[in-house]
Amino acid sequence: MSEIIPVIEARGLYRHYYQGSQVVKALDGVDVTIMPGEFVAVMGPSGSGKSTFMNICGALDQPSGGSVKLDGRDLAGMSRDDLADLRNEVIGFVFQQFNLLPRTSAIANVMLPLRYAGISGPDAVALCERALTAVDLYQRMDHHPNELSGGQQQRVAIARALVTNPKLIFADEPTGALDSVTTVEVLKLFQRLNAEGMTIVMVTHDADVAAYASRCLHFKDGRIIDDVRQSERAAQ
Amino acid sequence: MTLFATIIVALEALRLNALRTTLAMLGIIIGVAAVITMASISTGASQRVEQFISSLGTNLLIARPGSSGMGGRQSGAGTSQSFEEKDVTALRNRVADIAAISGVVNGSGAIVYGNKNWQTGVQGVHADYHVARAWDVAEGSRLTDEDIRRKAKVAVIGKTIATELFGGQSPIGERIRIKNVPFEVIGVLEEKGQSGMGRDQDDTILVPISTARTRLAGREGSVAEPVQMMFISVRDGASMARVQEEVEAVLMERRNIRPGDQADFDVRNMSEFIQARTATQNTMGMLLATSAAISLVVGGIGIMNIMLVSVTERTREIGLRMAVGARGRDILVQFLVEAITLCLVGGLVGLAVGALCSGLVAHYAEWPVVMDPVYVILALFGSATVGLFFGFYPARRASKLNPIDALRYE
Ligand SMILES: Nc1ncnc2c1ncn2[C@@H]1O[C@H](COP(=O)(O)OP(=O)(O)OP(=O)(O)O)[C@@H](O)[C@H]1O
Ligand SMILES: [Mg+2]
Repeated sequence: MSEIIPVIEARGLYRHYYQGSQVVKALDGVDVTIMPGEFVAVMGPSGSGKSTFMNICGALDQPSGGSVKLDGRDLAGMSRDDLADLRNEVIGFVFQQFNLLPRTSAIANVMLPLRYAGISGPDAVALCERALTAVDLYQRMDHHPNELSGGQQQRVAIARALVTNPKLIFADEPTGALDSVTTVEVLKLFQRLNAEGMTIVMVTHDADVAAYASRCLHFKDGRIIDDVRQSERAAQ
Repeated sequence: MTLFATIIVALEALRLNALRTTLAMLGIIIGVAAVITMASISTGASQRVEQFISSLGTNLLIARPGSSGMGGRQSGAGTSQSFEEKDVTALRNRVADIAAISGVVNGSGAIVYGNKNWQTGVQGVHADYHVARAWDVAEGSRLTDEDIRRKAKVAVIGKTIATELFGGQSPIGERIRIKNVPFEVIGVLEEKGQSGMGRDQDDTILVPISTARTRLAGREGSVAEPVQMMFISVRDGASMARVQEEVEAVLMERRNIRPGDQADFDVRNMSEFIQARTATQNTMGMLLATSAAISLVVGGIGIMNIMLVSVTERTREIGLRMAVGARGRDILVQFLVEAITLCLVGGLVGLAVGALCSGLVAHYAEWPVVMDPVYVILALFGSATVGLFFGFYPARRASKLNPIDALRYE
């Protein structure tokens, strides 16, 4: 009955870094709306502001100007604690370097967000098992990161992003540290999650990787210069 | 996140860095162990002194020849004249509040029973010695005034000697030789244990003072019936200080010393001992507290250092935790709990090491050590406080990090 709320609504985003007298305009006026269920690839040359855009939309960083609404909520007025809770409930992050806790089992890594959500005990274990099953690593839940391949580690990281059942996943070059076979593994997983309704925003340099997405934002010098929607058939 | 979950996270983090965790705790461990050891040694010592003083009795005055200066008795019996039998009689007659008074003549020599012999101190005493020192016989009978008058060759022996010479059998009625003079054992004293200086009080023999003078001790100076020291017990309810003054006055008069002049003898009461001991104990306590504080601060600085290193090293981890939803408070509590856990575990290990050291001291130095349960509480409370205090700054620093800066930290 009500209209669909955009997952991300960025308006006039600026992010300036001051280095001495020099101003680096990492973001220089970005407007974009991302709707639920989209799989968005973010492309562009190095230093064009892709990561900056993602970090600001993910409430990890604050813009110098402009506004971001996440799931209808304006980030500008929120306290540090509220932002932490928002990251916990609404967002899942996947990083290029996986960022798993070393010497800690896969399931304990996946459980981390649940701890901060105040979920523990059998409930938490059940959620973790479900997330690990979704990334096809149920058998490896007791393995430590150094006992897993790069692709498997990244899938653990994805399970960690999924476990709180967030509205969207931010992935900054999730396949950057993977070979071509495991890259496909991870991308197929994203596609499947997306097919199940998850909104995904993924930064990549690789056009072949971006081809898995349904929409592609091209960044250059802190602006979006192109916004292309592809048919899903083209991605295959 | 619940506190319990935070503690689990903290313990996990410490377990992941076991070696560093151990090294970080070393300062606390050594500090707590040292303090515990010192404290239990000094408590043991003061308990021993306390027992000794109460074994002497708190209503006891001890008079000895020789002047007393600030540091106690300055000179031995040789430099000033000893007391004599008439002094004892005079005090007994003239000071009303004396409950009992006994002179003492000390000697020593070999005690022989059958083919066994034992070297020990022999005290010639009056019959009232049993009363003055509140030291009754456990078996047999006491010395009597009659024994003193008759110069009887009878002896009351201490528990140690009874054990050494007679083993399990009863010594009552047996004949022993002291310095080759035959004596009949008429009694065995109650067991008293060690004195404050660690001397075995039960390693002694009491004989009539008269017998000791003629048979055991050499003639002393020009005095006909010498008395080397006197034990005086004061009647219940009488003022120790007043009786002490009266005793001093009588002795001054008898020794022709004008009032106000320096006395050539010394009368002490046990409350002076207690006062002196309390003063030493306070000093000791201050020293202990100071060294405890210093060692805990040093240990705490070690903890703070390691926590700062840990925060820096785990900046990316902190960033990740924030990215998945940790609030500043979660991070603060995590690092605080880590610091407190470090200190608490260190404190526990220190406690164990301290107990072990105290045990070793007790065993090898034969020194009585006492582990007061209060130390356990103090050690744990103290080390937890150190953890809280020195962990706060690093923990707060971690909690104030910006998520993106922490994640990007290299
Ligand atoms: N903390 C910072 N301080 C100063 N400048 C920064 C900082 N972070 C990013 N920048 C600058 O902002 C610009 C955009 O950076 P950003 O990381 O968003 O690029 P990117 O598109 O993700 O590049 P890449 O593809 O190499 O990851 C760059 O010019 C970068 O140098
Ligand atoms: Mg980047």
